[in-house]
Amino acid sequence: MTYDSLVPLFAVAVSLLAVPLILASSHRPRLRETWTIGAAVAKFLLVLSLLPKVLDGQIPVTRLGEIVPGVELALRVDALGIVFALVASSLWILTSWYSIGYVAGVKEQKQTRYFASFAVCLSATIGVAFSANVITFIVFYEVLTIATYPLVIHKETPEAIRAGRKYLAYTLTAGVALLAGAAWLYRVAGSLDFVPGGLLEGVDASGATIRVLFLLFIGGVGVKAALMPLHAWLPAAMVAPTPVSALLHAVAVVKSGVFGVLRVVGFVFGPSVMTRYDLALPLAVVAGATILVASLMALAQDNLKRRLAYSTIGHLSYIVLAAALISPEAFTGGVLHITTHATMKITLFFVAGAIYAHAHRDNVSELDGIGRAMPWTMSAFAVASIGLAGLPPVNGFESKWFIGLGAATTGQEVALVVLLVSGVLNAAYLFPIVHRAFLRPSRQFAGLGEASPHMVVPLVVTAGLSVLLGLWPNGLVRLYDLAVMISRGVFGGVA
Amino acid sequence: MTEHLPVLIPLVLLTAALASPLFGLIRHSWTYRITVAAVALDAGLTMWGLAEVIADGPMSYRLGGWVPPIGIEFVLDPLSAFFATVIAVVALVVLVGARALVAEELPEKEVPFFVAVLLMLTGFQGIVITGDLFNLFVFMEIGALAAYALVAVGERPSPVAAFRYLLIGATGASLYLLGLWFVYSLTGSLNMADVAAILPTVWDNPAMVIGLSLIVVGLGVKMAMFPMHGWLPDAYTQAPSAASALIAPIGTKVGAYALIRILFFVFGVRLVRDRLAVTDVVLWLSAVGIIYGSVMAIAQREMKRMLAYSSVAQVGYIGLGIGLANPVGLIGAVLHVVNHAFMKAALFVVAGNMRVKLGHTDIGRIDAAVQRAMPWTMAAFTVGALSMIGVPPTAGFFSKWYLASGAIDRGLWIMVLVILVSSLLNAVYFFRVLERAYLRSGDREEGTEAASGRNEARPVMLVPALLLAAGIVALGVFNAVLVNGVIDLIRPAGL
Amino acid sequence: MGPPMGDFWGGGYAYAATAALLVIGLYAILVKRNLVKKLIGLNILQAAIILTWVATATKPDATVPVLESHSGEHLVEAADYLNPLPHTLMLTAIVVGVATTGVAFALLISIFRRYGTLDEGELLGEMRNGGG
Repeated sequence: MTYDSLVPLFAVAVSLLAVPLILASSHRPRLRETWTIGAAVAKFLLVLSLLPKVLDGQIPVTRLGEIVPGVELALRVDALGIVFALVASSLWILTSWYSIGYVAGVKEQKQTRYFASFAVCLSATIGVAFSANVITFIVFYEVLTIATYPLVIHKETPEAIRAGRKYLAYTLTAGVALLAGAAWLYRVAGSLDFVPGGLLEGVDASGATIRVLFLLFIGGVGVKAALMPLHAWLPAAMVAPTPVSALLHAVAVVKSGVFGVLRVVGFVFGPSVMTRYDLALPLAVVAGATILVASLMALAQDNLKRRLAYSTIGHLSYIVLAAALISPEAFTGGVLHITTHATMKITLFFVAGAIYAHAHRDNVSELDGIGRAMPWTMSAFAVASIGLAGLPPVNGFESKWFIGLGAATTGQEVALVVLLVSGVLNAAYLFPIVHRAFLRPSRQFAGLGEASPHMVVPLVVTAGLSVLLGLWPNGLVRLYDLAVMISRGVFGGVA
Repeated sequence: MTEHLPVLIPLVLLTAALASPLFGLIRHSWTYRITVAAVALDAGLTMWGLAEVIADGPMSYRLGGWVPPIGIEFVLDPLSAFFATVIAVVALVVLVGARALVAEELPEKEVPFFVAVLLMLTGFQGIVITGDLFNLFVFMEIGALAAYALVAVGERPSPVAAFRYLLIGATGASLYLLGLWFVYSLTGSLNMADVAAILPTVWDNPAMVIGLSLIVVGLGVKMAMFPMHGWLPDAYTQAPSAASALIAPIGTKVGAYALIRILFFVFGVRLVRDRLAVTDVVLWLSAVGIIYGSVMAIAQREMKRMLAYSSVAQVGYIGLGIGLANPVGLIGAVLHVVNHAFMKAALFVVAGNMRVKLGHTDIGRIDAAVQRAMPWTMAAFTVGALSMIGVPPTAGFFSKWYLASGAIDRGLWIMVLVILVSSLLNAVYFFRVLERAYLRSGDREEGTEAASGRNEARPVMLVPALLLAAGIVALGVFNAVLVNGVIDLIRPAGL
Repeated sequence: MGPPMGDFWGGGYAYAATAALLVIGLYAILVKRNLVKKLIGLNILQAAIILTWVATATKPDATVPVLESHSGEHLVEAADYLNPLPHTLMLTAIVVGVATTGVAFALLISIFRRYGTLDEGELLGEMRNGGG
């Protein structure tokens, strides 16, 4: 079922190869942007080419040699990996397109560094997605941390530099926790491979060992997954340019965090270990609390991007909660939520950026009447908001449905209540924005047209995708089938 | 020819040391050229020796044909060949740029400087190659005297630093000699292998414990193990840049070599770890040294002093690995010898380049003009910094992997914590420099010159930095090859 | 050289003396503020250690390890001669000590020329605060 292939390696590497080209064409923006878009398209196509095989149950593997004695650096494209990779690579194309319009609109400096860092980040993200074992994961995860730093501090204002320091402080600490956890795991289990159903299943270890290992791993991935109280870096990182927030902090960086949580819960510890050692409940409680607190804090933010940041924190914990419910349906829902939240949230961030670049507004309270001036933009916002609240026909409904189903079928109705309350809160912090935009007339945007096509087209596309996938969940790339495959693997123990 | 390798390795350098001043009388540049040629030859010999030893096993050479234990023996085994290679290769790379540094800081002393370098390297290689405990003392002092001289030719305060170095170093050597007296009195021999065979018969004699303790203290001084490290910060700071770049990466490593050799190969693991608690003492002192060095480094305002305290911490890592006295821990220690040699060499070469181009190495005066002026130099610094912090896939991550694994194997969680915390402390003081160099805008009235043009280091000074940086990445990625192929062969009996 | 000295060296008194010298030397290195005095302390320390080694070479009723001219005819009895090894080793150690002292004096001269003082406290202050 596994077969050797170099395609995963190419998928990871193609944007790295673009980096020197980007750096060399710093004085010719058109060329530089071409490299970026080209690399993004190439990456997406390479990932896509692996899809039929994976759907068929085959697993492409690239072995890169021993990295420490006994453990290989290896890429392994299973269903979970390809879901994440598809999301990240497809949205990168759109984000790159969007970036071009955005940076022109706000006249950003240091664009070469920006595009080059993006390319490295995406390499690292696909590397995370395709990691076959914990140490490969850690290598790419840490590279992602370092590569995102230039993007966070992009504006080089004191605020940005402070945000960067906070980001590093949190993520590097998580990194050392992962190092310790991985070294210990290797001593205990003799291997570091991700195994569907759990590497630690059947391994002889004391309860204390398992629990501390879990703490180390969840702490390590929980920072990027913005689990409270490890989330503080995320709102601070909103100081970065919007496309950075959009892709990285709604899609790539934070999703690697929750991807990590899914890997840890489903492929390192496994459902039966999680229940046997009472690891699931504490995680669920933390996730549930994060959802509620974050949603409430979102309500309190006037700055649009900060509101979206807290919304992201809440939604990431949907996925963590889904994992912690230890139910196949919920796990399916969690995987789906990676994709649904990505499309919806990126739409919102694109809108926020368009508003900033085009109408020069940051805060919700300043958005009266903007719907008249920017109808496409704000309609997309409306669509995404509906989905985030968990309502059909947007794709957010289906992922939430499955998580809720999992909660109900395993007798954990409290989680269901949390989800429903959060849905209401989502509506509470998003719908009024739409209301203001369309139904509160104001003269302040008279004469202002829609934002540039570079920005509007991507956000309409992502909004449209959200609806399309909402109506047709298994459409395009059969995400639903993949999600079910993943759950079956984790809960059935079948590779 | 191969049978002469063990003696040729120090002899080539000694011959060059004696010949070069004569040639230097004719033309100054010849001294430098001879130095580089001799070290290059030495590097070739050591690599050859390493290959031979890996293929065919240890080789020994009898000085003057006298049979040991009456005569003095030179021995090449995996441990000594590995250390000899590291010393020669790192010295060679640094020497490429050394002349430019010397020309900038002490042009009139070029000839004696390089003669002293050759003498120092003779001493170091001699320490590594010799199989006789008294011969070790002699070579140790040869190397040390040359090092004192090299330190003394720096800025105005450097003789003071050199004198302190001399005083503490000579005291340490004397204590070693006294400890050796106990060993000689009890065993009647000075040959390492012979003593190792005889020692078990005198295990019960308290005089042996005293001797061992004195030897450990003496070598600890040379290695700058806490709390015998007092000479290091001033010496590394005040020495001329070329001297720091040569002494810092390899000077303390020979002390570490001697400690490994004597503890594990002469006295034996069973004695030092199981019967007495010597390795535990080394372990705890090293742990304190790690934290102490890292904390002190944060407090420094000047870069060379910061790097000096960092070296105290890094030597602590090596001591930690030695103190763990288990296979994985020892692998970590030996791997960190080569990793740290490359890292510190790169960082001190960068410091030298900064000194030459900017005129100072004050952290407080670094701003983004530095990065604009010397992008490649700063890139090399960044790689070195990332490795010191322990970001994969650079070499530093893997040192910490092995050390943490070794600590886990012995159940010493506090040591794991020490390793992790120190990584974060390293991040603090390195990122402070990086942040300033990349992001701080020159906001002083009397600032540095307008950050206009490139002022990159000349190729002869830049290439070593870049080579070492590339080496750091290569050592990381290929560490499994190194460990399996070479380091794993270093197996003291009982480990 | 004859029996009385043999007793001194062989009877352990030598070690007491060298131990005393060792302590004096260490004391000077650690406590004295004047750099020359520290150096003298180092020399005393080294002398103590060297003498300790030399004392090991003695044997009861042994003589200097020089072969007499006609002793080639019969076997040499090791117990008649002092152990030459520590002596030769210590010759080397003395040389090392002399070289070290030489370098140290060169440093002291340089320090005195630059700073006009040989007091450790003042010099450390100068070095760490004044800088180059």
